Amino acid sequence: MAIPHPVPFGPLARRAAFATPDAGRGAAPAEDPYRSSVTLTVNGTPHRLTLDNRTTLLDALREHLHLTGSKKGCDHGQCGACTCTVNGTRINTCLSLAVMHDGDRIETIEGLGSAQALSPMQQAFVARDGFQCGYCTPGQIQSACAVLEEIRANIPSHVTADLTAPVQITEAEIRERMSGNLCRCGAYANILAAIRDVAEAQA
Amino acid sequence: MMDFDQPAGDSRIDLSRILGQPATRIDGPLKVSGAARYAYEQHDVLEGQKVGYPVLATIARGRITAMRTTAAAAMPGVIGIVTAPEVGKMPKPFAFNVAPLFGGDEVVHYHQAIAVVVADSFEEARAAAARVEVDYAGETGGFDLHGLWPERREDARDPVARVGDFEAAFAAAPVRLDHDYSTPAHSHAMMEPHATLAHWQDGRLTVWTSNQMVEWARTGLASTFGLSEDQVRVISPYVGGGFGTKLVLRADAILAAQAARRLGCPVKVALPRPAVMNNTSHRAATLQRIRIGAEADGRITAIAHTALSNTLPGGRGENAVDQSRWFYAGAHRLFVHHLGEMHLPESNAMRAPGEAPGLMALEIAMDEMAEKLRMDPVAFRIRNDTQVSPEDPDKPFSDRHFSECLTRGAEAFGWSDRPLRPGSRRDGDWMLGWGVAGAYRGGPAMTSGARLRLQPSGRLLVETSMTDIGTGSYTILAQTAAEVLGLPLEAVEVRLGDSDLPASAGSGGQWGAASATAGVYAAGLALRTEIARRLGVNDADTLVFEAGTVRGSDGARSLADLAAEGEIVAEDAIRFGDFRKRQIVATFGAHFVELGVHALTGEIRLRRMLAVCDAGRILNPVTARSQVIGGMVMGVGAALMEEAAIDTGRGFFPAHDLAGYEVPVHADIPVQEVIFLDTADASATPLKAKGVGELGLCGVAAAIANALYNATGVRVRDYPLTLEHYLDELPA
Amino acid sequence: MKPFSYHRASDAAQAVARAAELPGARFIAGGTNLLDLMKLGIEAPAHLIDVNGLGLDQITETPAGGLRIGTLVSNTALSADDRVRRDYPLLTRAIAAGASGQLRNKATTGGNLLQRTRCPYFYDTAMPCNKRLPGSGCAASTPGAVTRPLGVIGTSQACLATHPSDMAVALRALDAEVGTLSADGARREIPLESFHRLPGAMPEHDTVLRPGELITHVTLPAPVGGRQLYHKVRDRASYAFALVSVALILQPDGTGRVALGGVAPKPWRRPEADAALPRGAGAVMERLLEGARPLSGNAFKIPLATRTLAALLKEAA
Repeated sequence: MAIPHPVPFGPLARRAAFATPDAGRGAAPAEDPYRSSVTLTVNGTPHRLTLDNRTTLLDALREHLHLTGSKKGCDHGQCGACTCTVNGTRINTCLSLAVMHDGDRIETIEGLGSAQALSPMQQAFVARDGFQCGYCTPGQIQSACAVLEEIRANIPSHVTADLTAPVQITEAEIRERMSGNLCRCGAYANILAAIRDVAEAQA
Repeated sequence: MMDFDQPAGDSRIDLSRILGQPATRIDGPLKVSGAARYAYEQHDVLEGQKVGYPVLATIARGRITAMRTTAAAAMPGVIGIVTAPEVGKMPKPFAFNVAPLFGGDEVVHYHQAIAVVVADSFEEARAAAARVEVDYAGETGGFDLHGLWPERREDARDPVARVGDFEAAFAAAPVRLDHDYSTPAHSHAMMEPHATLAHWQDGRLTVWTSNQMVEWARTGLASTFGLSEDQVRVISPYVGGGFGTKLVLRADAILAAQAARRLGCPVKVALPRPAVMNNTSHRAATLQRIRIGAEADGRITAIAHTALSNTLPGGRGENAVDQSRWFYAGAHRLFVHHLGEMHLPESNAMRAPGEAPGLMALEIAMDEMAEKLRMDPVAFRIRNDTQVSPEDPDKPFSDRHFSECLTRGAEAFGWSDRPLRPGSRRDGDWMLGWGVAGAYRGGPAMTSGARLRLQPSGRLLVETSMTDIGTGSYTILAQTAAEVLGLPLEAVEVRLGDSDLPASAGSGGQWGAASATAGVYAAGLALRTEIARRLGVNDADTLVFEAGTVRGSDGARSLADLAAEGEIVAEDAIRFGDFRKRQIVATFGAHFVELGVHALTGEIRLRRMLAVCDAGRILNPVTARSQVIGGMVMGVGAALMEEAAIDTGRGFFPAHDLAGYEVPVHADIPVQEVIFLDTADASATPLKAKGVGELGLCGVAAAIANALYNATGVRVRDYPLTLEHYLDELPA
Repeated sequence: MKPFSYHRASDAAQAVARAAELPGARFIAGGTNLLDLMKLGIEAPAHLIDVNGLGLDQITETPAGGLRIGTLVSNTALSADDRVRRDYPLLTRAIAAGASGQLRNKATTGGNLLQRTRCPYFYDTAMPCNKRLPGSGCAASTPGAVTRPLGVIGTSQACLATHPSDMAVALRALDAEVGTLSADGARREIPLESFHRLPGAMPEHDTVLRPGELITHVTLPAPVGGRQLYHKVRDRASYAFALVSVALILQPDGTGRVALGGVAPKPWRRPEADAALPRGAGAVMERLLEGARPLSGNAFKIPLATRTLAALLKEAA
């Protein structure tokens, strides 16, 4: 089985030529109860994939679409390195099956901005040195963008004192809401500074 | 080879036009856009990559008596299974490895890798690995360090060092301290699990792996697989954190390489997160006893530090006493380190090995001693500062400004306003406490090489096998090359992490930045010499390299023009001479912390942290500061939460994932400030630089423990400082 | 993870019918705990029935003046609902104290109640565990075991584990009910009090749900008012399971309700202990934790619970 793929995408096109795990076993996707077809719209581009049902959204991105910016730090929802935005909401892509995202819009770090054209949050992370080894970084940036949106959407957090007043962008709110993204290099203070810069620029 | 055999004199480097300036990371745009490719992400380099998933032993010690793989091998997508008994015992890859990584039927620790299942996909490999059945003949063993302690605590045989007559001096001292301290096992918990893609072609092995030490990894793979070193290539351009556990090869590399060879296809293996803690390495737990005797004026006359740490047989444990030999003065001294051999997973180096847990204890003891002496803990430390080795008055420190770290820090932190009496300051229900601790970490340097290529485009390419594990190597090496050749930083590109490039010091022991920049400096001087030769100039020192040009007595030429005639290449390495060993090259610091302890619930919340560092020339204040604040975060973890709890009946770490082993999160970290003293250590390297990557961690946890005492009046000597240690002693 | 077939259901009746046809089927909604466990081989369903298309994601007002929360309402949406924030702030506080923003965005109301324990021995499939593999024994009760995260009350010889949910502790204090649907069309409204089971000799059953029974909603009774506070004590400041958590509803007359998390196999409440509230935290805890059997590593949870309640009483006063 070659992965049917409508878009000319270098690495994937090459993989389609050799990644034929089911070849020789004659299992057509439609007849195989353990595989499903799914359309993921990733960074604006629809991708039709037929996947092992066990494939997480994270592995669909990393192993099938070769979008390796989203990281696998724990694969169990304990680190946040895999954080992406799905239909406008950040989630841990390691704890979600790809087949459950048919028709969903997924934004990965690659869609946020390239090395040549960084988004404001990515620029702020560089300017504030909000990372060291870089492995948690795409997830931190995805969360950073989402956190500001969540505060503006008036979603309360553990440190929100008054639940009936509009939530404010404060350092305590940012720290609490970013806590699902571990950084063992310990860049937290610089990440906070980067988010604060972007929040101020947006204000 | 450039020999660094005398202290560096004044040089152009002292101008620090580019080096020493706050440049942002040149690898930053790649990392923040997800374009930096880590070991497991090398889709483009090879076709036909297969996925390996490890099978792990579920006993602490014993022998595999049977392994049934038929059912697993018949699972969909499975290409092959390679088992440890079938491969047979393999040589230990490298001197610093303690546990066998793979091969044979003997199990020496829980989660030792005993097979790898290779399949077309990750999902298939994982499912099949779960179907491998193993029978063991288990052996029992002791796994409780505390059981060994009562005897070892008193045992002063085989000291690490003994000077004078400690026992007599201690007995005679008017003020004495004698306490036990403990630190638990710690897990490196870097964000990128160990991962390797291995490929064999024509008897040559190439691995894309996540490793701090490319040269050691190459040596290890060569010895494991019976190859010459030039038959092995190790590529490690990005490393998602290491902190010591990626200093040497781990099972991912051996499993991937072994499977790739046997199955004839490229194989990639990432250790599942729940395997990392027991399969790889950890910082050993320590039990420590510290005795200090002093005169009433605060001068230490006797100091002894004894420690016990766990290790597999043949390992070195965690030498928590070594820094105490050099940190404070005192005529009569005794230092002993005992190994508690047991079949827990491998204990091995983790960031600031020895110093981190040693200072967690020593710097509480210093606080306690200051209190006994009714002295300011800052003043007590300054009283016992020294400019020479406490073991040998003829051996000086090359450049030591510890007292200045303390005084600068005290001033910046407002230390004079601290709560003098424990438990005396409140903010509502929060009891406030301030703490201070000293930091000490050696300043090692290792041979390191580099090649510089001035390209026809005028751009300069730096090539070295050095790694960047988050330390900022890409950036500071570019700054070094730019400084030496008088080029703007934007004109320099850096290639790292490839054993085909000139051998470097690698990243570890806080030697990386100092050594590798010295190597690039040497190569830079070699390139200047080569340029001089092309210009027909005998002495390169008569040329001025500035703003992309080289200027001599007969005018200036742009480097781009020169290289347009053909790439100009030079390679060299730095070698550190013995003169360095006649003094002590080390780094120093002071940490200040303010925290609150909730009087009812006992919860601790940090309010602010300050580090003052004396580490020679700071090569880049942006990346150096990040190293220090990162160390401070790890110190917060060590103080407040990190504990690889041991099941002493079964001999393993049961809570072996990132939910069970807690590391600090954003919400734990307050405002952090870092001050670098403006120092330059001429005996350190030609650039007068030392490392800061481990210094930032040293002493942090003790500063927090001391602040906890200052807040509550409860002295906790066992880490982590979780609330069961002091809850009952808080006000009701 | 074993292979499984994947099915989408479009309404609740179809979902339970499908589950009845497919032995070994499990419902999946957010998946944040189920997938975690499937990856480790702790759960191994043969079929997954995706219930995200059931439309049960609304919060509506009940004739009794309470709220009916659809099982698919995400933790984030529930915590952010204006009615919940105003009338059931305890629930918002408890949800916000749990997990991370990413997880709360995906985790659902029904799924949260079905979270399994975080006992490290449950999580390591090489270890005996009666909850994971009935009859295999309890690794946590053998000498040398790590016991700090385990329960102090309601546990049994067979199992020492705690229930990890924060949300459920608030729901317990609010006297919520769990609405379910079975394949035969039967609907049940199960008081939260009896929804989670104590382990006894059968720790493999966390709840009273029957095979194939689907949670469709959670009902909150009319608001009870009062000061509503939730305090979770953990080793780090966020994104960690509770050592102890305390839910308090305190009325102006000094009466109220108390429930605990982190100490027992289910959200822990004894209404008779509430009666002691006017006499202070110690008096409440004496009754609430009467019969506790703390272990060497977690005896501190008892004074910690008392102190945490004292802190909340002080704050609420």
